[in-house]
This record gives sequence, structure tokens and C-alpha cells, in this order.
Amino acid sequence: MKTLVLDGLRKTFSVSSKTVVAVDTFSMELSQGEIVAIVGESGSGKSTVARMVLGLESPTAGQAFIRDEQGHRPCALRDVQMVFQDPFASLNPVHRVQTHLTRPMKKLRLNPPKGEALHRDVEALLRRVELSPSDEYIDRFPDSLSGGQRQRVAIARALAAQPTFLVADEPTSMLDVSIRRDVLRLFSRLRADNLGILLITHDLKSVEAIADRVFVLKEGLCVESGQTEQILTDPRHPYTQLLCNSVPDPEGAFLRDDPVTGDAPR
Amino acid sequence: MSLLDVRSLTVEYCGALGNRVAVDGMSFQIGKGEFIGLAGESGSGKSTVAKAVMRILQTPGFISGGEVYFEGVDILKMSSEELRELRWRDMAMVFQSALDSLNPVLSIRSQFQDMAQAKLGRPMTDSELVEVLDFVQLEPRLLDSYPHQLSGGMRQRVGIALALSLKPKLLILDEPTTALDVVVQRHILRGLIRLRKQLGFAVLFITHDLPVLLAMSDRVIVMKDGQVCDDLSPAELRHHPTHPYTRTLLDSMALLVADDSRTSGRGD
Repeated sequence: MKTLVLDGLRKTFSVSSKTVVAVDTFSMELSQGEIVAIVGESGSGKSTVARMVLGLESPTAGQAFIRDEQGHRPCALRDVQMVFQDPFASLNPVHRVQTHLTRPMKKLRLNPPKGEALHRDVEALLRRVELSPSDEYIDRFPDSLSGGQRQRVAIARALAAQPTFLVADEPTSMLDVSIRRDVLRLFSRLRADNLGILLITHDLKSVEAIADRVFVLKEGLCVESGQTEQILTDPRHPYTQLLCNSVPDPEGAFLRDDPVTGDAPR
Repeated sequence: MSLLDVRSLTVEYCGALGNRVAVDGMSFQIGKGEFIGLAGESGSGKSTVAKAVMRILQTPGFISGGEVYFEGVDILKMSSEELRELRWRDMAMVFQSALDSLNPVLSIRSQFQDMAQAKLGRPMTDSELVEVLDFVQLEPRLLDSYPHQLSGGMRQRVGIALALSLKPKLLILDEPTTALDVVVQRHILRGLIRLRKQLGFAVLFITHDLPVLLAMSDRVIVMKDGQVCDDLSPAELRHHPTHPYTRTLLDSMALLVADDSRTSGRGD
């Protein structure tokens, strides 16, 4: 069993001779077969955490690494893969679906499949993300796919490297509610396949639906963390309470005054 | 007489494979000061309806049938001169992405003056500008900022202030808060409720976020494939939807993940 360890990750940016702390010493562990969410509003630093895990941003201090039976080693792309927010921007418009999936297989797997095996793996991947019959999608270009289909291709591409962990940065915020539900279901099946998923989101509904644990980030600081149910039904920090109380409900309770009370949210 | 009366509106898009009907004989009314929610998934034609009503559809889109009466006058028969009079003064629109709808090289002040020059024939006075910004609780010092210096929520509020600055009778909002987080969304929605009380304008609010519409609207119109599925009060819609698609939308709102071992924990 592998564990993804984020150990004291810190990121600062200098903006016109001032230092801005984007992420302030964030630590957590993610096991296989677990979905952990990082929530917070825009600018809270949650995407920066994701980018540091993937090596897209180098931490000012701290590190992200993989711990397994053999000890510690740095995160590699075959351990951790990322799904981005915008499925319209994250796929290459001049490549077919097939190319999106075969490239990470060839580049990142230890024993890249060849010939017939490569083709079988592409088909299996498409089935896994419920793009079937796979023949219908394999030669398509991204521009002929809907947003939900594109996001599935992006997830399949991340899975093509056979990673142990997925980092998903707002994977559903650009999708409609019914498509959002399908993508979340897909994540919960991947968890059953023993993947560990780090879900970055501001959508507490998604968190409630699939996350096992939650970390709440505000201005780069983790203000609260714990089991999902505990955090959502009994938030302790005023900011978490504000987040919980801002989720739209059909009765309109989120629009009424005095949002921050000590009461349990809806 | 309704403020806006849309009758059998049909909009088509030309394509290489023939025309595609995006809005298919749609009819609905908006009364004075009414808050109407328009729900539906991407591709259902919601934004096309809004653009057709404002008459800002761009090629390859065109209106192929129907009538749109604003205070009894058919907008579809108006000359471009008459339309220019009507737009913004009587009917204004806020778009989804405020970053794309504000001019990136103009300060916020210049964007207001640009609009005022075109519509009022004179620049707005400082006190007018302060009043308009106060609608959306933005500080006057932001007037000299540029769009990229503002957060997404601030930009969207500038968009709303711009749309409200001539106190129109109808405000169309197309997914105004979809790109924003829930805390900012709530702030903007509460501001909208307050402003509507204050100024009394009617609203056409377009989103796929059903809980928001149910909480805010006098009536909710659910759209699919360019047609109206349901046009009901929020209470009726929740408890007695007539169309199967409305039920699907309500279901996806109630429970995001059904085949998971964990339950949502929120009975609905």
C-alpha cells in the first residue's frame, strides 16, 4: 500500500516587493481507496496545493512524497496524475482521443504496451470511464465531444499512466448537475478500485456526496479538517460555518440574514 | 399587459449539415417586477433565448419565427435605431463571464462613462457613479482600477452595476454566478434581492443551478431541447412537476451519488 504524503507544503509569491503567502505549511496524508477533499473559496490556495503535489509549482518549503513498504521517494507522474477543471482547455485540439490515451501509456508506464495490447488497453480505459462503445470515441477529436465526454477523456488520460493517486482540481465545476453526478459516481468507483483521490473543490455538495475526509482552506491556512460528516454537520470554525451556510437550498435559507450562527447547518 | 411577452419564438443556427433549431416555438411571459428563473442544461437553448430577446444573436444564429413584445411593442419588428434606444435603458443584460464582457484596457470609470456617453449623451457625475456602485456595495476607489485587478466576484458586481445604472425595467442575468464560489454567490444574490426591492425591476435569471432558482423565483421555467417543459411556481415545481425531465433535474439536485455505499445524509 502506498500513501501520498504532503509534508509542510508552503508556497509564497513575491508581488511587487511584497510576499504573498499562497499556502501556509499544509500537511496531510492520502491513502489508497480514499477520497479526501480540500475545500475553500477562490484564492484560498487549494489549487496551489494541487500544483505542488504534481510538481507544476515548486514548494517554497516542505515536500510531497510517496511512502510505501520500501520507504520514501519523490512523487513521479506514474504515481500521481491530475485532472484539470476545464475539459475544453485541457485536451489537445489537434489530437484524437486515441493519441491522448496512448501517449501517457508509452511515456509513463514501466512496461509500455505495444500493438494489440495497446489497443486493448485504450478500449479498456474508455470502458472504464463509460465512453462506450469505445469504437465510437477512439478516433474523435475533442471538438466533437460534449463537456462531460471531454472530462471523461481527461480522466481516462490520467488513468492511462496507471497511477495510484489522482488529483482532481474542480473536475465538475464546469459541468451540468446531471453530468456532475455521473463524474462523481465514476470517482467513487475508482476509489473502489483502490485509487486514492485528492478532490479540490468549492462545491460542498460534491464533498458531501463522495469525500471521506475534508480539509478546509482559508487564505492558505487549514482552518479545520476531519471526517466529512462531522465537518458538514457540525462545523466548528466560523469560516466553515459560512461555507456550509452559503450552499444554495431550495427553501432559500442561504439567503436569509445572520449566516454565521453556532447552529448546525441544514 | 405583461412587461415581456414571448410568443412561439423560434431560433435556428445555420450549419454545414443544415439548420439546427435551438429554440423551438417557445412562449412565456414576464410581468412587471417579476423574478423568473430559466433552468436547463448546457445546449438546452437558455442563453439563446436571452440573446434573441435582447436581439444580440450573432450569425450563424437567427430568429426564424415568433413575436417578442416588450410593453406591447414587437421587438422583432424594431429598427436598429429603436433597438438602441430600448437596450440598456429598458432592458439590460449581465453575462456569465465578467472578465470577457468588460473591456480589459479601460478603467472601471471609463466603462461607465463609455456607456453613459452613448446612452445619456453626457458623462455620469461623480455622485451618480458612487450611487450606482453603492447598488452592488463596491467602493468608489475601485473606479480607477482595471478589470484584471478585481476578483471574479467584484467584476461580476461591476457588470451588474453597469446593467442597472440606467434603472432598466428588465434585467437578464445569464449564469451570473456559475463561475463564482458559493460565498461570493450568496453575497451577490442577496444584493440582487435587496436591489429589486429598492428599484422594482423584473428579472430573467438563467442558470442550471435549480436550488438557486427555487429559492429566488416567482416562477421557474424549465427548458429542454429548445422547448418549455414546465412553467410553475417553485412550490408547484418541486412537488408537482408535470414533465419527466423536470423530475430528473429535481432528482439530481436531491442526491448527487446514488450507487455509492455512502448515503447523502440529507433527507429530501
